[in-house]
Amino acid sequence: MIKSEEELSWKDLHVGCVVYEPGNASRYKSGDWRSNRPVWDKEKCIRCGVCYIFCPDMAIKKTDEGYFENDLYYCKGCGICVQECITGCIKMVEEEE
Amino acid sequence: MGKKIGIENSLAAAEAVMMANVDVVAAYPITPQTHIVEHLSELVADGELDAEFIPVESEHAAMSVCCGSSAVGARTFTCTSSQGLALMNEIVFIAASLRLPIVMILANRSLSGPLSIWNDHTDVMSIRDCGWIQVFTENGQEVFDHIMFAFRVAESRRVSLPVIVNMDGFILTHVIEPIEYWDQEIVDKYLPEFKPVNVLDPDHPVSMGTFGMPGIFTEAKKAQDEALINSKPELIRAWQEMGDLVGRHYRPVETNQSEGAETVFLTMGSSGETVSIAVDELRSQGKPVGQIKLRLWRPFPFEEFRDAVRGVKRIIVIDRAISYGGPGGPLASEIRSLLYKEDNMPVVTNFLCGLAGRDVTPENYIDMYNRTEKLSKGKVREEDYIFYGVRE
Repeated sequence: MIKSEEELSWKDLHVGCVVYEPGNASRYKSGDWRSNRPVWDKEKCIRCGVCYIFCPDMAIKKTDEGYFENDLYYCKGCGICVQECITGCIKMVEEEE
Repeated sequence: MGKKIGIENSLAAAEAVMMANVDVVAAYPITPQTHIVEHLSELVADGELDAEFIPVESEHAAMSVCCGSSAVGARTFTCTSSQGLALMNEIVFIAASLRLPIVMILANRSLSGPLSIWNDHTDVMSIRDCGWIQVFTENGQEVFDHIMFAFRVAESRRVSLPVIVNMDGFILTHVIEPIEYWDQEIVDKYLPEFKPVNVLDPDHPVSMGTFGMPGIFTEAKKAQDEALINSKPELIRAWQEMGDLVGRHYRPVETNQSEGAETVFLTMGSSGETVSIAVDELRSQGKPVGQIKLRLWRPFPFEEFRDAVRGVKRIIVIDRAISYGGPGGPLASEIRSLLYKEDNMPVVTNFLCGLAGRDVTPENYIDMYNRTEKLSKGKVREEDYIFYGVRE
């Protein structure tokens, strides 16, 4: 297991800061950036998947019932899904933390 | 030893790059670097040099291509000047932070404006802090030798940093000199096969040029600084080995008649030869004058420099670049700063001269010496610098 960023000294870094483990950016929690999150209204959702297609972060998952929801680890709350939704079933709500 | 050929320095430089068995050349022509690129292009087109010559659309692209080719493990060369360097600026810094061992000749030319194609050091001083190893040369032979040196140290796994070989535009690029070529077997002995520390290879994927959050950026910069500082022993070793092989001995700081000198000139690049004529003349008049030539600009050779000026009373720093409204020319301000708190700190006078190719003669340097004698009796302040020969 590699050290977390806070534990790394300059001596631990690889030459040129090359990353030897491909795809480890997936561990980065971009969900921390979010101040608003999308919420789906299942009454209006026609399960078309437009939100899933347009999500720039692949942060929307399909549920077993065929509806959609966001992956809170990655969703930055950009609101593109709200903009693109055909039926207007997605609304942004403020994070209350 | 290799044969001596009378040849234009730029053509010899291109042939040194060929003899160094370069794999990729990506460059855009710009005066006064043009003959180097043209000759490399010719050598590739004629089948004499088995390399990729990539005629890019700009210097920004040139350095970008160089980063790519160096990252896949190809021995990579480029060269530029002045505005071309300014255009590639962004990627120059990235090449160093990625620790890519690219070699670049910088045919030093003033930065516009007024638009000028002539020689000074304003271009290289604009990228002083780019993180590359930076050396200066005084004549065509030194350029030739330092191309071999540059590849050797850049690619050393203990270094893995890009190298700039500074070569004064026109004064060096466009003159014909006798150049002693190295025998190919000597080159091959001096320059082992390039085995990069990191390489882009689909079978062993790595990521280069990734994001650095505030939590890691300081560590990344510290590591880069240490890498540049720690390259010095390897540079000295490479110069020593070159001396053993070809009989020319280079050092980070070189001196001429500095034994017992009370006043020394400090130069970088081709003006060192003119200064040496002035020093000979002053010595013949019985004046205790010597000369220091800074070959290695980055990493700065602090120890060697302090040793060279020990006991010296006056240093005449020749700057060929300006730091507008700053504490003297870029060279003088560093010299004053590194001497701060030294015992018996010498008086440092600073002349900005040879800007955009204006001739500076041995008589001019003798005049600077005489003015320094006079100035040093008064108070020379840190911010004092003199535009030598400017018409009032």
